[in-house]
Amino acid sequence: MSVVLQAKHINKYFRKPVLFHVLKDINFQIEKGEFVSIMGKSGCGKSTLLYILSTMDTDYEGELFLSDQLVTGQSRAHLSYLRNKHIGFVFQFHYLLSEFSVLENVMLPAKKLAEKSHQEIEHDAMQKLKILNIDHLAKKRASQVSGGEKQRVAIARALINNPSIIMGDEPTGNLDSHNAENVFNIFKQLSEEQNLSLLIVTHDEDFANKTDRIIQMGDGKIII
Amino acid sequence: MTNWKVILNIAKTHLLTKIKQTSTAALGVTFGIGSYITLVCFMTGLNAMLDDLILNQTPHIHVYNEIEPSKQQPVSLFDDVNSSFNVVHSIKPKLSQKKIHNAVPIIDFLEGNKNVRGALPQVKTQIFYVAGSIEIGGNLTGINSVEETKLFNMSDYIVEGSAEALEQTDNGILLGIGIAKKMSLKVGDRVQVSPINGGIFPLKIVGFYQSGIADLDAIQSFTSIKTIQRILGKANNYITDINIKLFDIEQAPSLAKMIEQQFKLKAIDIKTANAQFETGTSIRNLITYAVSITLLIVAGFGIYNILNMLIYEKMNDIAILKATGFSGKDVQLIFMSQAMIIGFVGGILGLLIGFGLASLIDTIPFQTEALPTVETYPINMNPLFFIIGFSFAMLSTFLAGYLPSKKARKIDPVKIIRGQ
Ligand SMILES: Nc1ncnc2c1ncn2[C@@H]1O[C@H](COP(=O)(O)OP(=O)(O)OP(=O)(O)O)[C@@H](O)[C@H]1O
Ligand SMILES: [Mg+2]
Repeated sequence: MSVVLQAKHINKYFRKPVLFHVLKDINFQIEKGEFVSIMGKSGCGKSTLLYILSTMDTDYEGELFLSDQLVTGQSRAHLSYLRNKHIGFVFQFHYLLSEFSVLENVMLPAKKLAEKSHQEIEHDAMQKLKILNIDHLAKKRASQVSGGEKQRVAIARALINNPSIIMGDEPTGNLDSHNAENVFNIFKQLSEEQNLSLLIVTHDEDFANKTDRIIQMGDGKIII
Repeated sequence: MTNWKVILNIAKTHLLTKIKQTSTAALGVTFGIGSYITLVCFMTGLNAMLDDLILNQTPHIHVYNEIEPSKQQPVSLFDDVNSSFNVVHSIKPKLSQKKIHNAVPIIDFLEGNKNVRGALPQVKTQIFYVAGSIEIGGNLTGINSVEETKLFNMSDYIVEGSAEALEQTDNGILLGIGIAKKMSLKVGDRVQVSPINGGIFPLKIVGFYQSGIADLDAIQSFTSIKTIQRILGKANNYITDINIKLFDIEQAPSLAKMIEQQFKLKAIDIKTANAQFETGTSIRNLITYAVSITLLIVAGFGIYNILNMLIYEKMNDIAILKATGFSGKDVQLIFMSQAMIIGFVGGILGLLIGFGLASLIDTIPFQTEALPTVETYPINMNPLFFIIGFSFAMLSTFLAGYLPSKKARKIDPVKIIRGQ
């Protein structure tokens, strides 16, 4: 089994307003095809950890590896490239570019990567939308679809470059149980069928229990 | 590696969804560039007209024989009083002839110089215009009118008749318009002139001369060199002045000095004679650029403001773009290209409006006694101004876009995502 993501002795401090040790010696790894959830009390540092793992936050101590490559200390431009190619991120709030159509939102990361032609990208994007059952919304403006639909568009966008890992910060937090269930099933399917790794922060006990492994956090530390 | 297609596509979408703000910003540039083009075309047109008024009809170097006291008084030639202290009272100018000695070979020599476009002989004299018992003092200058037209735009100042007519008519005269008015003369009439040393010569009026300077038009007339030599009773090598036109006006002072030394004549160059003229020109240019730059700075602040606002509104978009793999540089380029698109569109529109306004001004009638050749407001439509104006637009929008876009580059996506 190859390791997709590995965190070694990650420590993070917030210096303002007072010195605050948020993350304390975080060590764990995620293997290919593993579906992992992170749980823990509000304020224990889950989001903070996820921002570090997604390479958006570089202000930490310790080492982070993506597919055995050291990520810590790389240039910002290279980190952007890694995020673009290897990491799909789904936020708690459905972050879409509201002036673009659903399809364009999904295509954007692939266009940035520029490894495929426009036609191929469009075809891929339509396919991702189909997987998530929202292909009929492709031409709609992102601002004109419902919350649950937006969440699925965001997942489709996270999938477009076929990343090594998908990270989600309470991606079902805003959804009703039916839609949450739906999203879970999509994740499960992706991990089983496409051997995709997933790391999902959630407060939903049922959701977490159905994943391969639960990482319990408390007070900036990993408990289990 | 920059993916311009994506960046421009995002920039375009941002601009189109904020079309009102975008057009306001672009209109600011349009206004700035439009006024620059209009102003600069008009001002330099005016400059050129005023310059022409003096420079075109003024020779670059004027060579003549100055009447002045001898630099060496006879007493200094006298060895016997050499050691004593000599005081000479009431020095009078030396009686020298006005005629330039060996004028024809000098002209040939000057025309051989590679800097010289042409050297024209003139014969100047004072005469009286005689009408019945009235005598009006004036100047009569013998010229080679066809050549004068070529080099000094003589024909611009001939309001009736032509330079050729003077050349072809024996005993013809181009009468100053002021004299013609005073004496109620028409083309084809005869006017009598009398040189200072006596005699009366009837001359046929072939046209009127109007320089635009009233004082001059009230005394100055022209005739052919042959005619004036006959009036004065001089030989056909009698030349009092040589007017030189150069290819490059900057050469005038040095050539003038050379002529003075070589031929012992007085040679006045245009730069020395009209120094105050360049000052006026440069001040008008200064005003033009000061006004245009002010307008562009105002436009620049407009763009700066609007981009700042846009970036503030697009914080979320910036965070998403960065989270999904766009680099800080990409984000900066997105906003820079928005500024540049605004500058480009606004600038092009400004050039068109400037062109339109300048062309319009060019058709507005502007008639003045002083400038016989001018019929409409002067406009100098130089392509260089359009290039400068466009570069101006691009530069000012670049500067206005730079700071906000740099801010966008630095935005930390984590902060924005947390802030939600
Ligand atoms: N920019 C910041 N400066 C200082 N302290 C911060 C900052 N951001 C977060 N914190 C603190 O760090 C701790 C961890 O925050 P984090 O957002 O990671 O919690 P979380 O586990 O995601 O909570 P939740 O489940 O409510 O989302 C919190 O106590 C929070 O107050
Ligand atoms: Mg959180």
